[in-house]
Amino acid sequence: MGEIIRLNNIIKRFYVGQPNELEILHGISLSVNEGEFTSIVGPSGSGKSTLMNLIGALDRPTEGTYYLDGIDVEAAADADLSDIRNRKIGFVFQTYNLIPKTTALSNVELPMLYAGVSKGERRRRAVQLLDLVEMSERAKHLPEELSGGQKQRVAIARAMANDPAIILADEPTGALDTKTGRLVMDLFHKLNEEQNKTIILITHSPELASETDRIISIRDGNIVDDEYLNGKQIDLNQWKKEGV
Amino acid sequence: MLLAENISLAIRALISNKMRAFLTMLGIIIGIAAVIAILTVGNSLNRSVAETMQSMGANDVFVTVAQRSDEEEETSNSSSALDGIHYGTFARSSEMTDDDYITGDMIRAMYEQYADDIYAINISHTVGSASLQNGEKESGVSLMGVSVGYFVTNSVEMVEGSMFNDLDFSEERKTILVSVDTAEDLFGENVKDAVGQDIECEVDGKSVIVTIAGVYKQNQGGGNSSMMMTSMLGGSSAYMPLRAAMNIDHSEDQYTYFQVSAKADSDPQALADKIRDFYKPYYRNNSDYRVSVITYESLLEMFYTLLGTITTAISIIAGIALLVGGIGVMNIMLVSVTERTREIGTRKALGARNSSIRAQFIVEAMIICLIGGAFGVVLGIGLGAFASNLLGYPAKPSIPGIIIALLFSMSIGLFFGYFPANKAAKMNPIDALRYE
Repeated sequence: MGEIIRLNNIIKRFYVGQPNELEILHGISLSVNEGEFTSIVGPSGSGKSTLMNLIGALDRPTEGTYYLDGIDVEAAADADLSDIRNRKIGFVFQTYNLIPKTTALSNVELPMLYAGVSKGERRRRAVQLLDLVEMSERAKHLPEELSGGQKQRVAIARAMANDPAIILADEPTGALDTKTGRLVMDLFHKLNEEQNKTIILITHSPELASETDRIISIRDGNIVDDEYLNGKQIDLNQWKKEGV
Repeated sequence: MLLAENISLAIRALISNKMRAFLTMLGIIIGIAAVIAILTVGNSLNRSVAETMQSMGANDVFVTVAQRSDEEEETSNSSSALDGIHYGTFARSSEMTDDDYITGDMIRAMYEQYADDIYAINISHTVGSASLQNGEKESGVSLMGVSVGYFVTNSVEMVEGSMFNDLDFSEERKTILVSVDTAEDLFGENVKDAVGQDIECEVDGKSVIVTIAGVYKQNQGGGNSSMMMTSMLGGSSAYMPLRAAMNIDHSEDQYTYFQVSAKADSDPQALADKIRDFYKPYYRNNSDYRVSVITYESLLEMFYTLLGTITTAISIIAGIALLVGGIGVMNIMLVSVTERTREIGTRKALGARNSSIRAQFIVEAMIICLIGGAFGVVLGIGLGAFASNLLGYPAKPSIPGIIIALLFSMSIGLFFGYFPANKAAKMNPIDALRYE
């Protein structure tokens, strides 16, 4: 089980050099292994979103180093960051963020389009992924014609398009009722268990967090708790002892 | 990112906002339609003028006595189109003295020198309005004295009788050619009866007896300028041998104007230059007048210069319409970019590079302009066809013209789409994703 995310003493400041300079993250170190289903919890203003943006390669840290699947993210140029997001990260948003007026199938194809995958291969894989999230029957539907739960399932299929190293889900059930939220969570568990996909779930909800393998609690820009559930902490201890 | 995907995206975006897309295109449609219509009408005018002038005699050279002005001194030797402008400043005979006129001798001397280049010389003398009378019947005509060469450069179709013969000219016989209309006025339906008849001709209160040599048919359209002019005024011309006509109003053998037809194998422009040089010594010491020599070619040139100026002026207006249209496209693209901020953020999160986003919006702006341009071309062809039909010379715009118009409208899209597209490309993905 290899290390997929490695954050070393990450500091993030905004308005650097200006009178209103603001430090949001105060030196976060974190390691996530392949196949882990990790949740990051914390109240609003804790720095959770900032951390997510850094992990998602949408932003660069002010100080510290970040390796994603062995790639030095903070050293990457803008175009390289785009490629990292494209191939290594699958985003799932609270508001689904499907491209409007574009079919479910085309939405799932989109990350592959940016990756330069051929049309036939794109289509083949998109159909396969929609099948995985049980949305094949709605492949030709527009986002406007889908329910919230259906949209989120399409979004998850899209996140899987380029077989990313991690899936980064930001409050994926936040806009859904309990029942459809449950279906979405089941889907994440399925991806985690059947495909050994590394998933990072950002959430407010302690119940949802308790379903995952590991809960990282953030408060005021620091990790205040890092708790392993289901016995996976042992792996980490072993890793620490081995000093890999 | 693939071009085909961008094009289909752009078309979908346009379809979902049909009204807005159409209004945005309107400026481009109007601008391109104007350009295409101008091209078509320009083609039509060129054809109409070329054909009219050709029928009047492309080999003709006009020699006139013109008033001198200071700047003419400088350009009098040039054969530029500008020289033709002075054609308009006809010498007014009331202010002219005998020394200012071109005499018959001067014309004959010139002819002897350049006989090899000259096909015919056409001299005419307008006597004025005359009344022809056959007993009770009467018909008003414009009486013109013409030289032998007149009918060489101005074709008239004889219906009855015959053209003047050499004796008519040399003996200065008072014979006339009348139009079919005039003959009918005087002798009724059967115009044959007119030939050979002696009738009374009243000019300036004096009466002379003239013999009708023949009846000619007034040509529609073609023919010569004075014939056209007279028929437009509702009358018809009666022709008489030049010297005979001059005897009627006791004119001297001197003229302000004559026309020379160059031989088919000689250059009218070169002949014009020779004639100009020939007459120069005659007018060297004349401070008021000079001889102006111009060709049809230079008249045409002058016309094309004028047409070019008009075309340029209308093109500038069309250009302004396109500029305004382009600004409209830019405006709507900025709105579109703002509306789709979240989409842009999502695309960036999914791995779109800045260049892909930029390309997407530039292609969209270019598609708007291309579709607008295509509508404009169709509208312009329609307007141009309509206008050129009105002018009587149906014309089509050139294919390269259409292609250039379409390429130009696309480049408007590129130019005015770049700024909004760049704005989209440079969006921060985090802010864009959060945008409400």
